[in-house]
Amino acid sequence: MAEQKNIKELDQVIVRFSGDSGDGMQLAGNIFSTISATVGNDICTFPDYPADIRAPQGVLTGVSGFQVHIGADKVLTPGDACDVLVAMNPAALKTQYKYCKPTGAIIIDSDSFGAKDLEKAEFKTSDPIAELGIKNDIISCPISSMCVESLKESGLDNKSMLRCKNMLALGIVCWIFDRDLKLAEGMIRAKFAKKPEIAEANIKVLNDGYNFGHNTHASISHTYRIESKGEKAKGLYMDINGNKATAYGLMAAAEKAGLKLFLGSYPITPATDILHELAKHKSMGVITMQAEDEIAGCASAVGAAYAGALACTSTSGPGVCLKSEAINLAVITELPLVIINVQRGGPSTGLPTKSEQTDLLQALFGRNGESPLPVIAATSPTDCFDAAYNACKIAVEHMTPIVLLTDAFIANGSAAWKLPNINDFADIKPNFVTPEMREGWTPYKRNPETGARYWAVPGTPDFMHRIGGLEKSNETGAISTAPDNHELMVKLRAEKVERIADDIPNVEVYGPEDADLLIVGFGGTYGHLREAAEELNKQGKKAAHAHFTYINPLPRNTAEVMRRYKKVVVAEQNLGQFAAFLRMKIDGFNPYQYNEVKGQPFTVANLVEAFTKIMEE
Amino acid sequence: MSEYSVQDFKFGQPRWCPGCGDHSFLGALHKAMSELGVAPHQTAVISGIGCSSRLPYYMNTYGFHTIHGRAAAIATGVKIANPELTVWQVSGDGDGLAIGGNHFIHAVRRNIDLNMILLNNRIYGLTKGQYSPTSARGFVSKSSPYGTVEDPFTPAELCFGARGRFFARCVATDMPVAVECLKAAAQHKGAAVTEVLQNCVIFNNGTHDSVYNKEGRAKNSIHLVHGQPMIFGENNEYGLMQEGFGLKVVKIGENGITEKDILVHDAHCVDTTLHLKLALMQGPEFPIALGVIRDVDAPTYNDSIYEQIEEVKQAKKYHNFTELLATNETWEIK
Repeated sequence: MAEQKNIKELDQVIVRFSGDSGDGMQLAGNIFSTISATVGNDICTFPDYPADIRAPQGVLTGVSGFQVHIGADKVLTPGDACDVLVAMNPAALKTQYKYCKPTGAIIIDSDSFGAKDLEKAEFKTSDPIAELGIKNDIISCPISSMCVESLKESGLDNKSMLRCKNMLALGIVCWIFDRDLKLAEGMIRAKFAKKPEIAEANIKVLNDGYNFGHNTHASISHTYRIESKGEKAKGLYMDINGNKATAYGLMAAAEKAGLKLFLGSYPITPATDILHELAKHKSMGVITMQAEDEIAGCASAVGAAYAGALACTSTSGPGVCLKSEAINLAVITELPLVIINVQRGGPSTGLPTKSEQTDLLQALFGRNGESPLPVIAATSPTDCFDAAYNACKIAVEHMTPIVLLTDAFIANGSAAWKLPNINDFADIKPNFVTPEMREGWTPYKRNPETGARYWAVPGTPDFMHRIGGLEKSNETGAISTAPDNHELMVKLRAEKVERIADDIPNVEVYGPEDADLLIVGFGGTYGHLREAAEELNKQGKKAAHAHFTYINPLPRNTAEVMRRYKKVVVAEQNLGQFAAFLRMKIDGFNPYQYNEVKGQPFTVANLVEAFTKIMEE
Repeated sequence: MSEYSVQDFKFGQPRWCPGCGDHSFLGALHKAMSELGVAPHQTAVISGIGCSSRLPYYMNTYGFHTIHGRAAAIATGVKIANPELTVWQVSGDGDGLAIGGNHFIHAVRRNIDLNMILLNNRIYGLTKGQYSPTSARGFVSKSSPYGTVEDPFTPAELCFGARGRFFARCVATDMPVAVECLKAAAQHKGAAVTEVLQNCVIFNNGTHDSVYNKEGRAKNSIHLVHGQPMIFGENNEYGLMQEGFGLKVVKIGENGITEKDILVHDAHCVDTTLHLKLALMQGPEFPIALGVIRDVDAPTYNDSIYEQIEEVKQAKKYHNFTELLATNETWEIK
């Protein structure tokens, strides 16, 4: 007899997995997003994790979340609110239920809602659902006891059995969204390749979860299916987060430029995964050095740059504070150096695991003296690859340190990435000296096109020279405090950075030409701002969106684009740093501002509401 | 024989004060380099900030005058990126042990193949006379008008505490021993610390007076040479012997002591105990130890990095970006 299954077609769906930091929510979320991508859906994910490694079990500060947005067509953000929330304990329910749509369903592990669990999550009554005023569908499943029951013959100890809880929850989610378990099983086997007994235990409870959904119809009226539509480019895809994409961009650039890749770094959240990723790939000749401090991370990279490597240092805002003196040494000695700042909440230690865009002015101006350097900002997890690649290209072709801004949101968030072909990337041509320059060469001879000085790498005969942090004569390269020479050098360094604008694309504008509002942003807010613009247009309101990757120098058409629209709003996750920079660069520019500094991604709904207000003003 | 002369390494006109110990040291460094046989273009000299850190401007090599305290970290990057180079790192006592103390100990701990020169005049000269981390307790300076109330570092102690495998000490004006130390440092594979006792004529004149001239050195220092008995004195009449947990000075010929009873220097001894005792000797009871005090082989950081890369290259099947991409779990959109 054919099974009765009530299936509803959806364009997109958002699932949020939440539990204790150690509950494996990220793995469950990753598997769910990858199997969805495998069947042709677009994906975007975002982990929201606490600063504590393992807070005491069951407490409110220990909850970690992982949100997955799956779409039949292109998805640009991890989504505002979720359709299904998995809450593995009362603390997760309490902290996460607000991220669930009113129409969404909540899956809970009923075994973890005992009196003690409720107390740890600071509930006052024995009915957490009523206490929070939750009206959503609740799928209550005894996840823990089902795990133990299912695995009692497995030979695993109790702790190991309970560690499989996340896969049981994933099984239920897979049933709701009609996902093929075969794909998930393959991923589990790959993940636990060295521990087949653990893999099989996880697969068993995954199926138990699926069957639970099937047998009980999971207390909801239907399951969903997200068909794949839209025109996705053919080819191989992988799921990649921003930090990994950044690391990949650096490796691709080193190979294309024919340079040794050197990363000097010091562990710091949320940038450390770039160090982890690069440290793995020694078979490609990558050199990573975990330095004694942030200063040495950058200083060693400056040394490596002097010695002819593609030198990078990765960090977050507090680390940039410490690196700024060494960055400035690269500014005055005009050495190529890529500084990656995965921005987090500040000031000081601030919100280490949360995302902000509050280091823009630090990147632009946070050094002593006239210290110009290019700044670029990646717009999405996958764009981190292109931004990192282009940062390297600019650094070695224009002989300059460059700051690449990403942020915790895109660094930890992931999306489907079409595997690129390295042959399609633009060439990278380091600005090396050539043997014919030998006669009368001095260290500040410049490439007439770019204004970049030439790179004479130690070990090259006949180009011995001395550089350093003291101002030098443009003519001879010797120390000089001559007033006119200093001013000339200040201007030459500034002009060199300005001329990078010749090599970068114009900023593109999305939306109708006669839009009533131009939405302007930079970096990691791209997805939310674009979705907000799309939504406004769907509602019949004319909105355009211009998003900046290249911040210093700005694209040549920036002022023209800003002046084209009646109203411009600069939306950013700080108190108006990009708006201030644009005002400084464009005479008479006076935009509206939309600012949020909460450590959380924008929500499209809030943006649409705010932009609508501006349009109606 | 080296194909290079002192002239091949000279550049520019030094601007240190007349009488500054840096002049003599620079001469010793030029001479050592000319005898080592490493080409000027294969030589990089990296310094921090301070009087002595101006030194790269007087070298006809690759030179990088960097920022205060960071010379060791920057030199580390240079050596890792380009291990074929012979890399010298030049710092003063403020640059190397105060603001750069962290980089100093970690460069030594990692055992990166740098020749680390510490020009120790026990004062900040470029900023015009403040006490340094090697100034003695009670030292009166502009920033300590009533005397310092802190104890100094002894560079050797810091070096050994950081697992240093090479430590030498010389006096800036003592060309033969300085050249001997610098050449040994360059030939040593790994982080090699050479402390140079150097006078600041303006702000700390006379700080190393007891050993600054030949006569003083004959009386107040001992020149340690690996394999040689530890004999010193104007007429080689004294020697060092072990006594209990310490060392003692003995007069040869007195109390039946002969040359055979005198300790023989072993710079290659892995244990640091005696090396440290020698390095800590102070007058008037003891002579100040000069020469190569410790010189022990150990794997270098730079060699280890490249050896590991080779091992992983053998073990892993991907060696370029395209092959790297193929290591990922992927799906196909048809």
